[in-house]
Amino acid sequence: MSEAVTASPSSAGENPRHGRRRFLLQLERFALLIAWLLIIAVFGFIAPETFLTWPNFSTIFGSQAVLVILTLGLIIPLTAGDIDLSIAQVLTLSSMVIAVLNVGHGWPIGAAIAAAIAVGLLTGLLNAFFTLYFRIHSLIVTLGTGTFLHGVTLWISSSRTIGGIDWGLVNATILTRFLGIPLAFYYALALALLLLYVFEFTSLGRKALFVGRGREVARLSGIPVTRMRLICFLASGVFASIAGVLYAGTSGSADPNSGTQLMLPAFAAAYLGATTISPGRFNPLGSMIAVYLLVTGITGLSILGIDTFVQDLFYGGALVIAVALSQLVRGREESLT
Amino acid sequence: MSGSAAENSAANLVVEGLTKSFGGTKVVDSVSLTVNYGEIHGLLGHNGSGKSTLIKMLSGVYAPDGGRVTLGGRELPLPLPAGEFNRYGIAVVHQALGLVPSLSVTENLLARRLVRQANPMIRWGRAHREARAALSEYGLAIDPQAAVADLAPVERALVAIVRAFREIAETTSGKGGLLILDEPTPFLSRVDVERLFALVRALAGQGTSVIFVSHDVDEVKELTHRATVLRNGLIAASLTTASASKADFIAAIVGRHLGSERSAASPRRGGTAIAVSGLATAGLAPLDLEVEAGEVLGLTGLVGSGYDRVPYSLYGAEVATDGILTIAGKRMPLPGMSPARAIACGMVLVPADRQGAGIAEGLTVGENIVLPALGRSLPRFFVRAARVARHAAGLVQDFDVRPCDPGRLMRELSGGNQQKVVLAKWLQTEPGVILLDEPTQGVDVGARHQVYGFIRDAAARGAAVICASSDHEQLEMICDRVLVFSHGRVVASLTGSDVNKSTITERCLDSLAGTLSGTPVLLEEKLQ
Repeated sequence: MSEAVTASPSSAGENPRHGRRRFLLQLERFALLIAWLLIIAVFGFIAPETFLTWPNFSTIFGSQAVLVILTLGLIIPLTAGDIDLSIAQVLTLSSMVIAVLNVGHGWPIGAAIAAAIAVGLLTGLLNAFFTLYFRIHSLIVTLGTGTFLHGVTLWISSSRTIGGIDWGLVNATILTRFLGIPLAFYYALALALLLLYVFEFTSLGRKALFVGRGREVARLSGIPVTRMRLICFLASGVFASIAGVLYAGTSGSADPNSGTQLMLPAFAAAYLGATTISPGRFNPLGSMIAVYLLVTGITGLSILGIDTFVQDLFYGGALVIAVALSQLVRGREESLT
Repeated sequence: MSGSAAENSAANLVVEGLTKSFGGTKVVDSVSLTVNYGEIHGLLGHNGSGKSTLIKMLSGVYAPDGGRVTLGGRELPLPLPAGEFNRYGIAVVHQALGLVPSLSVTENLLARRLVRQANPMIRWGRAHREARAALSEYGLAIDPQAAVADLAPVERALVAIVRAFREIAETTSGKGGLLILDEPTPFLSRVDVERLFALVRALAGQGTSVIFVSHDVDEVKELTHRATVLRNGLIAASLTTASASKADFIAAIVGRHLGSERSAASPRRGGTAIAVSGLATAGLAPLDLEVEAGEVLGLTGLVGSGYDRVPYSLYGAEVATDGILTIAGKRMPLPGMSPARAIACGMVLVPADRQGAGIAEGLTVGENIVLPALGRSLPRFFVRAARVARHAAGLVQDFDVRPCDPGRLMRELSGGNQQKVVLAKWLQTEPGVILLDEPTQGVDVGARHQVYGFIRDAAARGAAVICASSDHEQLEMICDRVLVFSHGRVVASLTGSDVNKSTITERCLDSLAGTLSGTPVLLEEKLQ
């Protein structure tokens, strides 16, 4: 096959263009990080004495760890091409299970946490069963299971907020600090790094990516597509229930409704995160940056005294803009060639 | 409506000097033809002869580069806006038929009327009666309330044709118009084909011009009045069906045999690499097959003859109903085959549907190319980016993928380079058996020869190759042996000097003659 293996075309002539392309790609990778720093700079300039304080940032980092973990959980099925709308309800139910078992039935906190994680696993299994066995779109399945779980949450809590959860959990979540930041942040960081490792440096992560981007290619390459999707649903459930555990730990209580409002922020962060670090891919570090960018913006605006409706404006707007941005990323990739 | 001799001899469709190029290649080159009122006109030619491009110009999909088309004395302003060709009295029935399977016969038949009628109320009783009347006008007893999905394949084709004719009749007030039938018969049995022909004759009898596109010389001879044969975009022959022999048709389709530089048959053989016994699946009668190490076996036939199901059934991509596969000394039941097992046995598959099943377009060349190496020559855990990049770069270089950059997205590559990535992806595993389906579909000529080279090289290194292809020139170039399929059975096995384009084509076309004479009794029963 000697005639086929000819020298590759010389790239000497296209070096300047190549260099510009590289620069644009790098700029794009870190654009969201730069945007975040800009937001900090703007609010820091307007309200230096309230916004630019360590307690403010320490609170942001600690309290938003829940949203980070929830977003990490969401990008797992998204990578494999499935949507999980039940994550926020898994989070809410998990925190309520801890409250009911720990406060109401006097279970030790460890056992209550184990039960909460089991809720996540079971939901993942249920989502996977209906999606994979009956071949229903995951959007519909998880919309249904999510609403169902919220019903369960209201039922077991009699629609009331339950306080008085074991102080040990609160201590391990938000009260104990390392370098001035609550431990919850480090849990989120550890999970993000774990996910980064699996996505980028294991064949499991590569397989999940192919299941999401070319399902038939994956099948013909011998990848067990159904098993991969099952694993992703289970992982998503577990991540959401871990987020629920920390949610209970953040406040020492569980309320049946507030957690469910985290679904849209998680989607916004997942899609916004997909425009950075590895543009065009759902990626853990990008998700983390996106969460903190969104929350910094909201915190800044509320410090300026703007009403709470700003949250909805911000998250809703961010989701649509993020998706629009990622479409632009695709278009640009094609036009550069 | 009339089928009078005077009108039959007048030209309805006049095509003059129609030309179309894609990327500098003339796909249709000054084609002229006329079709009279009430005439059934055959259109024949190989894959790539320009048939489909010509049809797409006539139905207004492509803008011709030159030439003009008049229908019923009116010049068509080509290209016509999407869906507008109906307004000029043209209707096309493709092989896919264009029916909605989950909807009823009535809804499909009256689709345009029901959507466009001024009255927002639909009176179902009346609609069903109208559909029933339209069908029974041609002696078709099809329940208008049945879902199209529940009909027999031939009934679906009949409904599609009646619908097309009704659309023509609406615009031409029942006279003239052009009905294009684009290979409507490959999945139909002989008896069903006869029903379909009866309908087409009835419609032509009302003065409509019919263009009948087919691979099948016998069908064209049976149904048409005249025929045009295309080859390499040019008119190879214009024949009057009654006076032309089958040999005339085949000579026109195949053309003068060009001495192509056929790769030398592989001298080295290493015993049986893969043996198949009793492979059965939908559209395939039980098949026995043996391929030696180092041999390239070609599978071919006309559309619907079942040859192209073989690679997928062997690989477990489609579940076979029966059969035993013996590979590398292991006996495996084929119904239990899966892609993962096939790969474990040293089989690989290059599917015809490159965009859907060969590559993930949104991922990079490197990611696509290294996929089978993960957990094999590359580690399962702690996959280092640098090592993957090196591995990918080596493959990209070896298989001459351009641009030589593993970081490019697959969708940025040309079809030929995409196919090189697919081959590199699988050939790096040193497979014992290579299954191919249309390996050079959508691949430019230059890359095509490289692909042939990769395939022959793999065979020379001892792989058994099974290549399903409708490109007879390709089969001649790479195959040691070719099996010709018809109706799910092998009807010819060609070896040595018989592995050449014209013999393969003749055997493919011959294969239909046997089935024609095989069912005379049934045929007569049906006609009475």
